[in-house]
Amino acid sequence: MKNKKGLQITGAEAVIRCLLEEGVDLVYGYPGGAIMPIYDEIYKFSDQLYHVLTRHEQGATHAAQGYARTSGRVGVAMATSGPGATNLVTGIADAQIDSTPMVCITGQVASHLLGSDAFQETDIIGISTPVTKWNYQITKASEIPEIMAKAFYIARSGRPGPVLIDITKDAQFELFDFNYKKCSGVRSYQPVPPLQMDQVKQAADAINKAKKPMIIWGQGVILGEAENEFKAFVEKSGIPAAWTILGLSALPTNHPLNVGMVGMHGNYGPNLLTNECDVLIAVGMRFDDRVTGNLSTYAKQAKVIHLEIDPAEISKNVFADYPILGNCKQSLKALISSVNKGVFSDWIALFETHKKTEFDKVIKNDIYPTKEGLTMGEAIASINKYTGGDAVIVTDVGQHQMIACRYAEFIQSKSNVTSGGLGTMGFALPAAIGAKMGAEHRQVVAIIGDGGYQMTIQELGTIFQTKVAVKIVVLNNDYLGMVRQWQQLFFDKRYASTEMTNPDFVTIAKGYQIDAQRVTKREELDQAVKTMIESDKPYFLEVCVEKEDNVFPMIPTGASVSDIRLE
Amino acid sequence: MSDITRYTISIYSENNVGLLNRISAIFLKRHIDILSFSTSQSEIQDVFRFVIVVDMTEVSVRKIVQQIEKQVDVIKAFFHTDEETIFQESALYKVKSSSLFEERQIQNIIKESHANIVTVSPVFFVIEKTGFRHETEKLRKDLAPYGLLQFVRSGRISVSKAPMGISEILNNFNNQNKE
Ligand SMILES: Cc1ncc(C[n+]2csc(CCOP(=O)(O)OP(=O)(O)O)c2C)c(N)n1
Ligand SMILES: [Mg+2]
Repeated sequence: MKNKKGLQITGAEAVIRCLLEEGVDLVYGYPGGAIMPIYDEIYKFSDQLYHVLTRHEQGATHAAQGYARTSGRVGVAMATSGPGATNLVTGIADAQIDSTPMVCITGQVASHLLGSDAFQETDIIGISTPVTKWNYQITKASEIPEIMAKAFYIARSGRPGPVLIDITKDAQFELFDFNYKKCSGVRSYQPVPPLQMDQVKQAADAINKAKKPMIIWGQGVILGEAENEFKAFVEKSGIPAAWTILGLSALPTNHPLNVGMVGMHGNYGPNLLTNECDVLIAVGMRFDDRVTGNLSTYAKQAKVIHLEIDPAEISKNVFADYPILGNCKQSLKALISSVNKGVFSDWIALFETHKKTEFDKVIKNDIYPTKEGLTMGEAIASINKYTGGDAVIVTDVGQHQMIACRYAEFIQSKSNVTSGGLGTMGFALPAAIGAKMGAEHRQVVAIIGDGGYQMTIQELGTIFQTKVAVKIVVLNNDYLGMVRQWQQLFFDKRYASTEMTNPDFVTIAKGYQIDAQRVTKREELDQAVKTMIESDKPYFLEVCVEKEDNVFPMIPTGASVSDIRLE
Repeated sequence: MSDITRYTISIYSENNVGLLNRISAIFLKRHIDILSFSTSQSEIQDVFRFVIVVDMTEVSVRKIVQQIEKQVDVIKAFFHTDEETIFQESALYKVKSSSLFEERQIQNIIKESHANIVTVSPVFFVIEKTGFRHETEKLRKDLAPYGLLQFVRSGRISVSKAPMGISEILNNFNNQNKE
């Protein structure tokens, strides 16, 4: 019945038809007064559109994000007006800073009530403006098709991001002639700047002259679906490549030119050598302060080549000697044909040397501990063992996140889902639900701290209801560990409000009829992980780890990447 | 680093109310004072123009303009120094009518300032002066002793000496979409 001319439908039905036109078959949300007409249509269209009732609107946004990150499609979240809409804000901000394509639909009070402080009226357009790529309030049903089409186009094109569409209740009830046309462009908006071959040529010249070049790649490689081009570029140029936390999994962990993570808790070699390379090739990354440390001492010796889709990122934090604007899939393709085959054995040997140092000082103790207590690192190593590096790893925020990203192994892209730019505790549990629904055939393991777990623990209800087979690992140190680490290092061990008396997590999981187990001893770990991975149902595993372990290496805030500490 | 300079930022945008919020947020978030702000219709139908005046370094203004241009509803944004633009401000001065007749000096002030008398009533009269800041300012100071009942000055309006090429951008878009 699509695009039937002269067929009068309600705005609410139009919203659903727009979603179907955009290929959406799954939405996350929570109903309420101002969005009831749309929910009524969700009921009628339930054979074509699966609605997942999360237990909090924040969960709906994170689930939509997780879905977007593993499927590469636009995630959709819905909420009612007022508190429903404001509960979306954290997830929207997270999606904005991590460039995740998402469309949020909120109900709004009837248009004649706007501005009257009506029941559950909030100015969600005003509130969400700084954290959306675009937003719009619909007050007439006739606007729905065009605005919805534009919303999806903007969310997914160029540098992706969240879009919020607020729809007044009267517009949801209003009848009109529905007619849908997909959006193919917005005249004030250029999603992808055209590739300039002179920029490519100049950058290629710099690369071909380099003696000690280094690549840092970010999520742009994944968002641009440029993994193959990226791998080909790395292999042809022979240049060692390091990743930002959001770039993780775009190149397999065991690739010989993958030299590890940059940034605050990244690897020793790539951080130190950032300040020794002569050409730094940044691919789809934005020089976040957690990556660069002190900018005035960051890569000053290097010529910087920056492949970037967003012109506003060029020279924002680090001056780009050779910017290459465009989609990195195209820019990399162009670069590959202009760069020479390279071999940098001596230079790469330096990475190896630093890796050895880091192994002896840090990694060995993290993964093969000799002390009694369990470490987070050995838990991750055990997960690697049973997933073969083929799982989607969803992480929350804190020590466990850094440890998981440092040690988890990956063999395919779109396998790392984490809250990077915003660092949102509570992200992982709902994001894992979405991640699994976006990649149903894959194993999805959420790795969460005891603190962050309790920020969105109610989403166990969503798992219970939908039976989505996510594996939940809580690395329990009974502390807000990352903050405790800083208190230890920078606040003379004054552990202000970071110790937590935790409930019995296994009992809680069982209350939701989720199979659950607790591990406190090394001997039990592998078997428990194996049982969890082999289960085809949701599974909860609590690993009680050392309370006061720290994450190293570490670049203290404001320090130079050269000042990275191993202890 | 580079020096603080006065820049005029010009923005062409779709006529969208929400954009005002987005643009001011870009400045607010970075603690940048907006010295003057005005919006109007542009030379193209349904395209709006913002003129914003700031004191910034060239490096910072460039970044700000990139952030502005990144907004979906912004067609194009520019920044220019005073030398690169023609700019003016308008001011209105409301004065007691009695002083116009009682103080002969005031007539000379008006004449010398090349201001226009907009309206005269038995109670008050209104003068309008368009020009540079120092000109409207001088007139304000000169009139003050005679009882200035109200004074108001507009934001800067400005046109660039170099072409901005907005029509070309919009035509290109239309052509691409025809293909
Ligand atoms: C919503 C939110 N509140 C506060 C913080 C600050 N914060 C960062 S890490 C952290 C501790 C996390 O503790 P836990 O979840 O137990 O993980 P751990 O570091 O112990 O592995 C806190 C409080 C945050 N990132 N997000
Ligand atoms: Mg903890």
